[in-house]
Amino acid sequence: MNGLLAYAAYVPRGRLDADAGGASGRVVASFDEDSTTMAVAAAAGIGDLSSVDAVLFASTSPAYLDKTNATAIAAALHLPAATFAADLAGSARSTFAAIRSARQSGGLVLAADVRVGKPGSHDERGGGDAGAALLFGSGQPIAEVLGQWSVSEELLDRWRLPTSLTGESWEERFGFERYAELVRGMGDTVAAASGVRDVDHVVITSANAGVTKRPEVLVKGQVSTTTSPIGMAGAVDPAIALAAVLDRAGPDETVLVLSAVDGCDALLLRTTDLLVERRQSASVADQLRGGRPVPYVTYLSWRGLVDRELPRRPEPDRPAGPPSARGAAWKFGFVGARCRACGFVHLPPLRVCRACSTADEMDAVDVSGLSGHVATYTVDRLAYSPSPPVIDVVVDFEGGGRCALELADADPADVEVGTAVQLSFRRLFTAGGVHNYFWKATVS
Amino acid sequence: MSSKGIADKVAIVGMGCTRFGERWDASTDDLLIEAVGEALSSAGLARDDVDAWWLGTLASGQSGLTLSRPLGLDYKPVTRVENYCATGSESFRSACYAVASGAYDRVMAVGVEKLKDSGFSGLLRTDPPADGTASELSLTAPAAFSMLDPAYCAKHGVDPGEMRSAMTHVAWKNHVNGARNPKAQFRKEVARETIEGAPRVAGRLGIFDCSGVSDGAAAALVVRADEAYDYTDRPVFVKALALAAGPMRGGLDPGYDFTSFPEVQRSAADAYAQAGITDPRSQLSLAEVHDCFTPTEIVLMEDLGFADVGQGWKDVLAGDFDAGGRLPVNVDGGLKSFGHPVGASGLRMLYEAWLQLRGEAGERQLADARTALTHNLGGRPGGCVSFVSVVGNRGA
Repeated sequence: MNGLLAYAAYVPRGRLDADAGGASGRVVASFDEDSTTMAVAAAAGIGDLSSVDAVLFASTSPAYLDKTNATAIAAALHLPAATFAADLAGSARSTFAAIRSARQSGGLVLAADVRVGKPGSHDERGGGDAGAALLFGSGQPIAEVLGQWSVSEELLDRWRLPTSLTGESWEERFGFERYAELVRGMGDTVAAASGVRDVDHVVITSANAGVTKRPEVLVKGQVSTTTSPIGMAGAVDPAIALAAVLDRAGPDETVLVLSAVDGCDALLLRTTDLLVERRQSASVADQLRGGRPVPYVTYLSWRGLVDRELPRRPEPDRPAGPPSARGAAWKFGFVGARCRACGFVHLPPLRVCRACSTADEMDAVDVSGLSGHVATYTVDRLAYSPSPPVIDVVVDFEGGGRCALELADADPADVEVGTAVQLSFRRLFTAGGVHNYFWKATVS
Repeated sequence: MSSKGIADKVAIVGMGCTRFGERWDASTDDLLIEAVGEALSSAGLARDDVDAWWLGTLASGQSGLTLSRPLGLDYKPVTRVENYCATGSESFRSACYAVASGAYDRVMAVGVEKLKDSGFSGLLRTDPPADGTASELSLTAPAAFSMLDPAYCAKHGVDPGEMRSAMTHVAWKNHVNGARNPKAQFRKEVARETIEGAPRVAGRLGIFDCSGVSDGAAAALVVRADEAYDYTDRPVFVKALALAAGPMRGGLDPGYDFTSFPEVQRSAADAYAQAGITDPRSQLSLAEVHDCFTPTEIVLMEDLGFADVGQGWKDVLAGDFDAGGRLPVNVDGGLKSFGHPVGASGLRMLYEAWLQLRGEAGERQLADARTALTHNLGGRPGGCVSFVSVVGNRGA
């Protein structure tokens, strides 16, 4: 069986503004983020992905159906074609399905979700958007897996039709009573089967708010008992809650993750000495401290719940399949071309060198992880955007190459000539039912 | 320069230009018929006297049929050309070469654009299917040109307030000029405070820093220079036609600083060589340049050799390019005030040269106008096509 080699979480920067009432401070993905882009962002926090031969993407809000989303994620992460990239979509249980597979065969478990609730609803207030990554493999682990257990139960507690943006739930007490029994029972099962009593850290997540309100009354950890740090985040719940515990757990401590969704799933881990040096670089708590306010009406327009007046400009054309396929390394991977004769870097790749006119002597150069600085910029109040105005920056990259890009997660006041930026995989817009994925700059 | 040019081989003997503006009253067909009719009557010719036709339009139609159908042309050759905002000039350039080659005796260059029927602001793009990564998809034209302003200030140490004043002067001047042009879209002088207080479009560009979005058409009838006086006693001779399409290096090259258009410098040098111009500041009587946005006109003054590098803003503020200045620029109001119906604009510039060189410019007539330059640009900083012509009222 494989152990946990690394973990990372991605918390988007948006926080609902104070005028959102009870939902103030809720973590919200930007208009150009979705479960696919946040999975990429979370995976980037893992660092070395060279051992990954499977990407298992779990989400309750997949950007596409019928089409695999994990292939775009794998392309953005520059994983080789031999990688098995698959989606496990539907409920928070999908994440446990991915973990189950990765424990057996190794792989990168990615969970990401954009959770939308009706305006003013508990789902809006109590939810959150995020991504998380768990890498399983046969190397030296940061945590060994002591076991995984599951019980299933058919229960109408929370559901959503595939055609609906927002979900529904039954009376909370009904689900809570069933889940309370299932979670307590699972605690006993794990203790009996593993022989581990008095677990140090217990994580209990659920789409039922009664369960997460006071998790310690169900199963209590010796050191901590926690739930999702950003509220109900769908498939991300167990993964980001585990990440938040690993951010602070010590070596040789036990962690029990209990996910109460249509039954109860349990994962029992024991951390190793390696955890301390391999923690993610920015903890969930650190990421939660950052953030930028998003006005409530802006948020509602991002989610399509309010139809806002946009600049009088046509919507862009949908990206076409064949050119997107031919240019996949560029579009999804931000891979440019460096002239072998003179070293000039072309973003996007071109066949004839702009500097020395040498033809067809180019090497692929991955710029996606490089930083750069703003050569010049402008604020475009006329351009079509799901969230105007567009801030455009001309970025000169360290090591060569220039590209004009949109600036994400920023206000005009955040940028000036010389501002350091890095790249972030985003969904520029959706047109004609096609998501236009590409890279944007973000302030470093 | 490798181009030999066709100096003094062809001449314009008739021109027409519609009123530019929001022509809710007129279709593309109506605009074409109006401009062509005026050009024909000014040359004293009938439709079927024209041997071949070139039509420039960015997006108001495709193929030569866009012209042959409304005019009911009798199986004559008609070619539609497109070269971004330099489309009208491209039509003219093609017509001149057709006459110079000896293939035809009388050729009409026409340009038309009907922008106001779309209901959208600014220009619409007609891109082929693509992967969705091109920056032009999100960056509008005003945004792209707005990048000239901070870059120019930074490179030449210009105080942004003074640069703002220079940009304002360009808009103010072109509105003053347009107010004296009965065919202009905007025929009102605009106060400097109004220009600077207008809503922002992109960067520091407000509404008044942007050219008009217009409908319009223009046409020029071109014949062999040695037959020009058969048609009119005041022909306008073509001295130079230059075109440069950039490799679009600026958008890729950290060495490009957004303070010049290399394409303009190249096309100007080519045109000056063809026309034998060694000192454009003294040898040109007037210039019609591509003032799509106010900072563009400032940078063009330098790229065309009308001002020293880094000094263009000062010369603009000093009034050097006002109607009464040392080299009047856009005395008809320019794109800013006359309007910018893309396919017609290059021919509209030539139309003002035609009027000025013939002494027909009415209250904006310049004294002793002999030689005029037109400059027409398509694209954006970092990658564009640039056209420069020189025309004069004296033949070889």
